[in-house]
Amino acid sequence: MSNQALPRPRFNAPAPERETKAALKVEARTTPLLHGKVSEIPDVVFAWTMRLCGLAVVTLLGTIVYQLVVGSQLSWHAFGWKFFGQSDWNPVSDQYGALPFMYGTIVSSLLSLVIAIPLSLGVAVFITEMCPVSLRGILSFSTELLAAIPSVVYGLWAIFIMVPLLREYVQPFLAKTLGWTGLFSGPPYGIGMLAAGIILAIMIIPIISSITREVLTVVPQHQREAVLALGATRWEMIRMGVLRNARAGIVGAIILGLGRALGETMAVTMVIGNRPEIAKSLFAPGYTMASVLANEFTEATGDLYLSALIEIGLALFFVTIVVNALARLMVWSVTRGQSARSLA
Amino acid sequence: MFNTNSNSAAALIPQINLPPVSLRRRLTDHAMTSVAALTVLVVLLPLFAIFTYLIYKGIGSINLAFLTQTPKPVGEPGGGMANAIVGSMVILSIASVLGVPLGIGAGIFLSEYGRNRSGDIVRFVSDVLNGVPSIVIGIVAYGLVVMRQKHFSALAGGVALAIMMIPTIARTTEQMLLLVPQATREAAYGLGVSRWRTTLSITLRTAASGVITGVMLAFARVAGETAPLLFTAFGNQFWNWKTDQPTAALSLQIFTYAISPFDEWHRQAWAGALVLIVLIVGAVAAVRLAVRHGTLSGA
Repeated sequence: MSNQALPRPRFNAPAPERETKAALKVEARTTPLLHGKVSEIPDVVFAWTMRLCGLAVVTLLGTIVYQLVVGSQLSWHAFGWKFFGQSDWNPVSDQYGALPFMYGTIVSSLLSLVIAIPLSLGVAVFITEMCPVSLRGILSFSTELLAAIPSVVYGLWAIFIMVPLLREYVQPFLAKTLGWTGLFSGPPYGIGMLAAGIILAIMIIPIISSITREVLTVVPQHQREAVLALGATRWEMIRMGVLRNARAGIVGAIILGLGRALGETMAVTMVIGNRPEIAKSLFAPGYTMASVLANEFTEATGDLYLSALIEIGLALFFVTIVVNALARLMVWSVTRGQSARSLA
Repeated sequence: MFNTNSNSAAALIPQINLPPVSLRRRLTDHAMTSVAALTVLVVLLPLFAIFTYLIYKGIGSINLAFLTQTPKPVGEPGGGMANAIVGSMVILSIASVLGVPLGIGAGIFLSEYGRNRSGDIVRFVSDVLNGVPSIVIGIVAYGLVVMRQKHFSALAGGVALAIMMIPTIARTTEQMLLLVPQATREAAYGLGVSRWRTTLSITLRTAASGVITGVMLAFARVAGETAPLLFTAFGNQFWNWKTDQPTAALSLQIFTYAISPFDEWHRQAWAGALVLIVLIVGAVAAVRLAVRHGTLSGA
């Protein structure tokens, strides 16, 4: 960073003349701020207060884990690992299995990724590499605005606008053209796994595209120039010079989006149909881990019922933590490596 | 092509005749550009649709009664969400009172005292907390507050939202404080100002507008949250001024009305959603303006 041409500050100033006692006295008198001894106690108190605030953050995570683990003990002792393997969810006979909810969470999240990945990559590439600079600001602002809309408003819009559209036009069309796959069969209710996947996709696109944009902008300019100099067209430059270099970061962005989709509650609860069934067709209603918590937690009458719900919460917590940690590492591996190189 | 005998400078530049870019490659280039532009349109379509419907369906249902009355029983027309609007404000105030000081404190710790191993741990934990699903935070607040008080309350809702605010505020505060040049701190130390005073009156004040923006982002993020309030604040059809009683919240009311089978309630859900968005945007804009005009930055 240092420029040789710039004059450097001089640290080898001429040695001070021999200090006499008188000179020291004069100096002490002319610096009133240093006159009295500054007490160290407020400093120490402040430092420890701030450390306590930092500690509070760690304590919060500890509290979350503690609450979930203690709350789910009853269900854990009753069912053990079987809890995650059986698909019976019956509060009347006190039989609980989380399989349909796990299935719903995974399928709706993966479906949303399938829709969101191409769209958000397209948006990120268009904004960073293709669009005129004048459009760049407004486009990135608009996509980020999507992230600011509350989940419940997405749900409201999905129920009254998106679901009827799906039922009237999209689902009959899909059934006619792709019905043979078995993924798009059955009565078109509108509500169901497909609706949940689409609304989730709309909600995670801003996350994936904004992080992808961040990753694309740290790809060094000379990579682009090198590929262009070899005679590549713009698209070939993006494919070979940009996307390939940013691969790890893009995967990280996608996994962060997945983390958000796994834990998303309200919009999904409003459109997925809330039926604990495992069906092959995407038209069929389903249920997710977050939705079952939203719908049944306040109505859980028995202790075992409540405990089973908390265990679902614990499982959801662990899955999202692992997914998020993985994603952070991947994004860091790109953006951090870059900043380290640019310092050199 | 390359004449080594010539002395002129121009001849030293090698003349390379690249073959023309083939039609296939040019078409691919154009096709991919169009596809990317198309994805932008597809993504902006829902944004446009949501705002259009929100305004179109919401405006017609907002009237004085909606803003001043409590919900009417099913079947009776009229009524409003006044108690939910106030309830949301109460819950958000509780969340801010609990979450903002703690978040800023943690941010100060991270930037001023946490450039070490313990700081790294806190940084990692806040990133982890940021990714915890909001519904799980609701379960925790239920266990912490509702189980002890034996009933749902605004306080429990506030605690849940505060837990969500803290990591966001801590990380943005840290980033903003790190932007303040070290020389500014040293100048204060050089004048004999103690470290705590420097941090509060010099560093934090210099970064004030950024820190406040971070707080507003966290606020806007939790203001529309519904999932953590379902089993903490719970909702209420009547006025309630006690923080230890079930309290209505705008987002909860929108949810309840949206999944109900009544047209009148659907209309009110749209109106509620519009009010919610206007309140969030309004709060953020108000604080931004206040910061710009120096009322809060103390300039």
